[in-house]
Amino acid sequence: MNTHPSETVADRTSVASPDTAQGRVAEGRRPQRLTLARIGVYAFLIVSALFFLLPVWVMILTSLKPMEEIRQGTLLALPAAPSLDAWGQAWSGACTGLNCDGIQVGFWNSIRILVPSLVLSVLAGAINGYALSFWRPRGAELMFGILLAGAFIPYQLFIYPLVRMFSVVGLYNSLTGIVIVHVIFGLPVMTLLFRNYYASLPVELFNAARVDGGGFWTILFRIILPMSAPILIVACILQVTGIWNDFLFGLTFAGRENLPMTVQLNNIVNSTQGERLYNVDMAATLLTALVPLVVYFVSGRWFVRGIAAGAVKG
Amino acid sequence: MQADAAALSARRRGRLRREIPGALALAPTALVVLVVFLGCMLWTVRLSFTSSQLLPRFDFVGFEQFERLLGMGRFIVSAQNLVIFGVLFIAGCLVLGYLLAVFIDQKVRAEGAFRSIFLFPHAMSFVVTGLAWQWLLNPELGLQRLVRSWGWESFTFDWLVDRDMAIYTIVIAAIWQAAGLVMVILLAGLRGVDADLWKAAKIDGIPTWRVYGWIVTPLLKPMIVTAVVLLAISVVKLFDLVVAMTHGGPGIATEVPAKFVMDHLFERNNIGLATACAVMMLITVLAVLAPWLYARTRGGQRT
Repeated sequence: MNTHPSETVADRTSVASPDTAQGRVAEGRRPQRLTLARIGVYAFLIVSALFFLLPVWVMILTSLKPMEEIRQGTLLALPAAPSLDAWGQAWSGACTGLNCDGIQVGFWNSIRILVPSLVLSVLAGAINGYALSFWRPRGAELMFGILLAGAFIPYQLFIYPLVRMFSVVGLYNSLTGIVIVHVIFGLPVMTLLFRNYYASLPVELFNAARVDGGGFWTILFRIILPMSAPILIVACILQVTGIWNDFLFGLTFAGRENLPMTVQLNNIVNSTQGERLYNVDMAATLLTALVPLVVYFVSGRWFVRGIAAGAVKG
Repeated sequence: MQADAAALSARRRGRLRREIPGALALAPTALVVLVVFLGCMLWTVRLSFTSSQLLPRFDFVGFEQFERLLGMGRFIVSAQNLVIFGVLFIAGCLVLGYLLAVFIDQKVRAEGAFRSIFLFPHAMSFVVTGLAWQWLLNPELGLQRLVRSWGWESFTFDWLVDRDMAIYTIVIAAIWQAAGLVMVILLAGLRGVDADLWKAAKIDGIPTWRVYGWIVTPLLKPMIVTAVVLLAISVVKLFDLVVAMTHGGPGIATEVPAKFVMDHLFERNNIGLATACAVMMLITVLAVLAPWLYARTRGGQRT
């Protein structure tokens, strides 16, 4: 993995000075002091890296130990005989209340929530961004402004009325309901992403397609979407991690049958009766973190692009 | 004249033809904006002025719910926690994130690896973050036990179960999760600083740390402001992390407003009080956003 996160952000802001990287760090007159400074720089970075890695390292170690070893309180000691038993139990045997089917139930629920939510919200963002950038109906900018403002408002302001509305139409505690909620609250950022991306495409392209008699959907599917690969990737990364990591909506709207992995994980770990199986808990926690982590390490700089585009411009 | 009118109506027709498909495509989103982002919000605000408990009522009791709210220990603790958490979390993320960005910007080896390590917690959910730190900080088997096993028998680090200190463990976990984001934002800013500025400072013999302190940091102001606004919004939304890590405990020591709303909506069946607290959250967000939006509209062009 030698991708460089934030490279694109950096590239964008420093186009004018390609020699930034070279012209920078003082190669001072006194090399001795410089060496000391260099050591300081690396010491700080390494200590910080340890701080960031420590929780995950401890979780991995804990998940590989049997409980007798954990009870001795040797947090950082390597497991005497590493075993994946706790992982197996976390996946298919951990209990929430009386159900002992493991975290796999939540995993599959999360997948069932994620796939339709992802497809629909990215598609909605693309259509909105395209309509806003090229078709520009009157009032659209005002609508977009309110939509963006909505991204800043805490979800607690919407939840109760939404629950009421959903229960009236029978969508409360259903898979469809939770998917709709994810699509709704994905709209601001998705629309923003695609709108900004399409604003950078040449309008002549669109006009030429219009002259050739292309309609709204033809132009979108034949011309615009095929050119949207980079922003589609960024949007998917944002939504996969965002929807997977959601807790509040899953807790409120999904219902018992569809609880996503995060909610089930919290139930497994925090509502255990009797002795807590820390190794199983930590294995379950790592399993829940796995999907976004894989996305993060595979996507590298794309992830950072998503953060930058979704956050800085908000 | 007639030709003009014909041209005008033709243009209008052209414009309509161009607008209608776009308007149709945006109609569902417009409906969501009206019903959810505006409608639900106003509904919640309206409910905060009623005496609703288990079921919504549409009477009007003025600011009664808000008065009750301000008289409740649980809410006061929640609000105080939000302030303590907010100040320390934002300050901590800024300091750590800025230091990480500056140190990474010193042409270090393995820069990509360092950046990946500092940012990866941001990919993880707050639930995972909370559970990881809950395990690490539990006094019986966590860090405290580890240090004691090294021979420092009296070492005490039991903040997680200490009423007065528990909120600070939430701060630590949250900084761990979000400092990388600040690093990314500020690193982009640092890379945008003009190379000539560094050359000039070098010629003048100004020490690097002074250049950072007096010249570069002011240049990064827009990025810092963006980071602060983003962090501040996430402070108001703080919920999952608390639920997973302490569930508001010990006692009510780590309660926060977002959790207050959820508890009173779904467990304590007090809609009036819950919505009043939600409105307080809205006011907090507006108070954070107002100066920022004001500065942006005065100084900027973008909508």
